[in-house]
Amino acid sequence: MTSNIVEIDNLSFGYKGRLLHKNINMVFPRGKVVAIMGGSGSGKTTLLRLIGGQIKPTHGQVRVDGKVVHEQNRDGIYKLRRTMGMLFQHGALFTDLSVFDNVAFPMRELTDLPEVMIRDLVLLKLNAVGLRGAHQLMPTELSGGMARRVALARAVAIDPNIIMYDEPFAGLDPISMGVICDLIRSLNDALGATSIIVSHDVKETFLIADYVYFVANGEVTAEGTPHDLMQSTLPFVHQFVHGEKDGPVPFHYPAASYQAELFERTSR
Amino acid sequence: MQIIHSILIANLARLLRSFGRRMIERIWRLGAAARLFFLTIIYSGESFRRFHLTLREIYFTGVMSLLIIIVSAFFVGMVLGLQGYNTLQKYGSSEAIGVLVALSLVRELGPVVTALLFAGRAGTAITAEIGLMKTTEQLSAMEMMAVNPIARVVAPRFWAGVISMPILAALFSMVGVLGGYMVAVPLIGVDDGAFWSQMQANVDVRDDILNGVIKSLVFGVACTMIALFEGFDAPPTAEGVSQATTRTVVISSLTVLGLDFVLTSFMIVV
Repeated sequence: MTSNIVEIDNLSFGYKGRLLHKNINMVFPRGKVVAIMGGSGSGKTTLLRLIGGQIKPTHGQVRVDGKVVHEQNRDGIYKLRRTMGMLFQHGALFTDLSVFDNVAFPMRELTDLPEVMIRDLVLLKLNAVGLRGAHQLMPTELSGGMARRVALARAVAIDPNIIMYDEPFAGLDPISMGVICDLIRSLNDALGATSIIVSHDVKETFLIADYVYFVANGEVTAEGTPHDLMQSTLPFVHQFVHGEKDGPVPFHYPAASYQAELFERTSR
Repeated sequence: MQIIHSILIANLARLLRSFGRRMIERIWRLGAAARLFFLTIIYSGESFRRFHLTLREIYFTGVMSLLIIIVSAFFVGMVLGLQGYNTLQKYGSSEAIGVLVALSLVRELGPVVTALLFAGRAGTAITAEIGLMKTTEQLSAMEMMAVNPIARVVAPRFWAGVISMPILAALFSMVGVLGGYMVAVPLIGVDDGAFWSQMQANVDVRDDILNGVIKSLVFGVACTMIALFEGFDAPPTAEGVSQATTRTVVISSLTVLGLDFVLTSFMIVV
């Protein structure tokens, strides 16, 4: 058993000839919370989809528990995914199922557990996220933060070894953000799992992550512990961490000369 | 003159390119739909092993379509009764009204109108539901949980549609006949016995009823599969889902009418 549960080696990925990732190398040690950070559109979520085997790399490989993901057949991929849990950006709760049935869904689909045991396990998971009392509600009756917590309970329903979080803090109020932040860390430690967080919320991510990768222009531009990155003098990291308006990531989208464009408009 | 000539050629080339691109896109979509159909058949085991999943969908596609089917059938039957009597009485054969209503419904109107109503009511609901499941990442979530969305979402809905359609078509024909009877017998005064006996004597189980059932089964497969594919293939945006829903109605309606002609030709020849 290797010490890293997920390893990304020289990974390149692109659509229609345009490379989104170029020679990315990352390791995710067992039991740790590792974050992947970067601006919008930098391909962070795509990395999660590559780890989950939803898409295949153009070059290089992703290994989960020593197995090369893209070389697995459908059954192999499904076997790997049974060891993973994923929290989607907007929860992705099944809208036709109640909170209880949403959390019970992976247990009913993937295990032969009797209904009595499923009931106890679902209540246990919901209790862990503080929503045992909401088990009869439908997803439409939940607030954004509550939906995210139910999705979290569903993601850990069958005690996965790897939990992936896609923008877990996006669009949440400060209280919900604090709750989710605390839950990610505590569930990771309680389950002995490995968490991979994709986020651009610096404060919350740095609070719980053991290690952070920064992705920009398709490459890993910086990596280290949150403490190291806070001190970093690299222009991109500095701009990102301190939320500066202008820097290596320009404020203006590339465009023709302002003067020329204004003149062109008036002359039409 | 030469400039006009070259402009014409350039426009023609652009038109041809655009036509070719559209045709390739259509053929690609046809292939993708066929692939989804075969995968649905392959992964259908679960729909029967866990029949409650299919039963739930039968409720949504079949039972929930009952009202529109029954009300439409009643009106269609009444119109048939009126129009039929109006024509038949000119030839002094108004007693044949029962046969006319029954054969029109069992052979053609039952399966066809049911399929058109099914596409508008259940088909659009299926497309919108699956399209929204895709947009809100519910299908991706299922995939990431190692649950096959074709086995869990598509196949039960497919079989629900295939099972519901012949039952709905049979109900349509039955209620339609009742509508025709209400107009012809109590309202116009055609003889009660003549209405039923002529129908009994001239409606054949194999040639008429069985052929109607076959038609409704084929329409069930076509309408449900079109609705499922359009939902599955919808771009994950509000506009994408709305366009997919429209396409479901348009393509299903044209397919049903086209298939009806083909099936009728075969049935008459054979």
